[in-house]
Amino acid sequence: MVNRKSYVPFMFLGPGMVFLGIFLFYPTIRLFILSFHKYDMITPMEYVGLQNYQMIVSDPKFHQAFLNSWIYLLVTPILIVISFLVAILVNRKLPGISLFRAIYYLPVVTSMVVVGIAWRWMYQQQGLLNMVLKAVNFPGAPFGFLTSTSLSLPSVMWVTIWKGIGYYMVIFLAGLQAIPEQLYEAGRVDGANFWQLHLHVTLPQIRPQVVLVFILSSINALKVFTEVFVMTKGGPLDSSLTMVVYIYRQAFDFFKFGYASALGVIIFLSILIFSIFNMRRSRGGQAIR
Amino acid sequence: MRDFNLSERLYKDSWLARYSPKRVIRRVKELTLKQAIKKAGIYLLLLSLSLLFVGPFLWLFSTALKSSSEAIMQFPPQFIPKNPTLKNFIHVWNVLNLDRFMLNSVLVTGFTVLLNVFLSAAAAYPLARMDFFGRDWIFYAILSTMMIPRQLTYIPLFILMNKIGLVNTYAGMILPFGVEAFGVFIMRQSYYSVPEDLENSARVDGANEFQIWWKVVLPLVKPGMAALGIFVFIGSWSRFLWPLIIAQDKSRYTLTVGLEFLQGFFTGNWRYIAAGSVISVVPIILFFIFTQRFFIEGLSGALKQ
Repeated sequence: MVNRKSYVPFMFLGPGMVFLGIFLFYPTIRLFILSFHKYDMITPMEYVGLQNYQMIVSDPKFHQAFLNSWIYLLVTPILIVISFLVAILVNRKLPGISLFRAIYYLPVVTSMVVVGIAWRWMYQQQGLLNMVLKAVNFPGAPFGFLTSTSLSLPSVMWVTIWKGIGYYMVIFLAGLQAIPEQLYEAGRVDGANFWQLHLHVTLPQIRPQVVLVFILSSINALKVFTEVFVMTKGGPLDSSLTMVVYIYRQAFDFFKFGYASALGVIIFLSILIFSIFNMRRSRGGQAIR
Repeated sequence: MRDFNLSERLYKDSWLARYSPKRVIRRVKELTLKQAIKKAGIYLLLLSLSLLFVGPFLWLFSTALKSSSEAIMQFPPQFIPKNPTLKNFIHVWNVLNLDRFMLNSVLVTGFTVLLNVFLSAAAAYPLARMDFFGRDWIFYAILSTMMIPRQLTYIPLFILMNKIGLVNTYAGMILPFGVEAFGVFIMRQSYYSVPEDLENSARVDGANEFQIWWKVVLPLVKPGMAALGIFVFIGSWSRFLWPLIIAQDKSRYTLTVGLEFLQGFFTGNWRYIAAGSVISVVPIILFFIFTQRFFIEGLSGALKQ
């Protein structure tokens, strides 16, 4: 390294830092400040102390949204298991295997709006899914996947899972490909079968990837918005209402920006605590290279 | 270091080139029976999974092709339309400003990609190559923004945009995503993968820091810039919540917001909804076909070249 004038690094860093400052750091700080105020963008901001937070505690709709968002976390273990199995399936040298990987990845690059529409169409009372279920005489078919209060949340959760499999598959695939072949050979010599091999050789080896997928998918589950908004708008009767959808409603339908910010702070802290806890517990530093 | 030729490389590595019929037939001939049965089983599994992942899209496509005389909710379902028609596409295109939505998406995504690549490449350079007070702290500060759940900042961000008059403008859609920690991280890694000798010899020749960066270093990290651009492209093209908030009238809707609007506009008319969705998804699928290895093989694979 050579001596330079001290302002040189900051000429390169400057523009990026300004962007991050204005559009990321500033709004983050404002979110916390705003949560102690009442604001509707027309009348001036009014300091109300902890009133917004007190309102949250006794807001039944928030309770529903909060509960739903935590139920939504169930997508995480399901995603880990399915993506892992799919990764094992595509982790082999076969003609055309990269085509299959690409196909499984396709939902990942498609926008959630299109995916939501495609699945809303599948889920219709007279939709393809119900037709297939009727054809095999599935008891109870046809289902109101998006119109019944008991099915709407699981139906939307499935779409999150379906769209995510390819993404997490690639993460697992990277982990699988780094496992030395000798480990499997040793296992086979000891007479391990297919499942034993994966349980005792693969799983311990890809622990960092499991942790990474766990953290990423659970954070995404807590932040879920688009699939819910496109498919159910949180309905029917708020049965699929999640926290971010509720915040959106409070802010941009009812213009309660202060209250919405307080809700935002709650989620912000939930996510932060959740991810720090998980990284600590699993020494996640090694997972995120 | 060989020249980085994106299009040539993408073609060579594509499955189109790799699995020509000739090569596939030769490999099939070399199999034993037991291997063949196992392979057939695996391919069956692979194929049924493929159906799970493309099925909903194909069903949407099939619906979009059906004319109004053909039932779309009949039992048993008709997978291949009896009289395929493009009328639905034409109708949707004409009734809604789909071309406008498309243009908006292209503009917003294009500028977002350019800004990201340029700002990240600039910001990451001193972080990778220069020694100055507070460098590591600045890097950690940038990285820490990855922990911020972006959607939660949209409320104060919207209020800010309102104050500075950027609501319902392209700038308002583009600028907040002009640079992200992820991009700075990728570019920093790219700089590390390039040897410093060239820079030093340029320095001896009397070039200033900006010239060195622009003329010597930047051309060497093109693969990193391409990878970053591709990731930003996908992210920006499918972004939904922020454009939904900031675009107030139809002239500023991007495709995602336009589709959500279309869904309400044609309530229940699934032929039109399907046609609009198919139109919006075509560009991204084309884009993906040519860039899929960047996603599947992971970032590290893409950068190694």
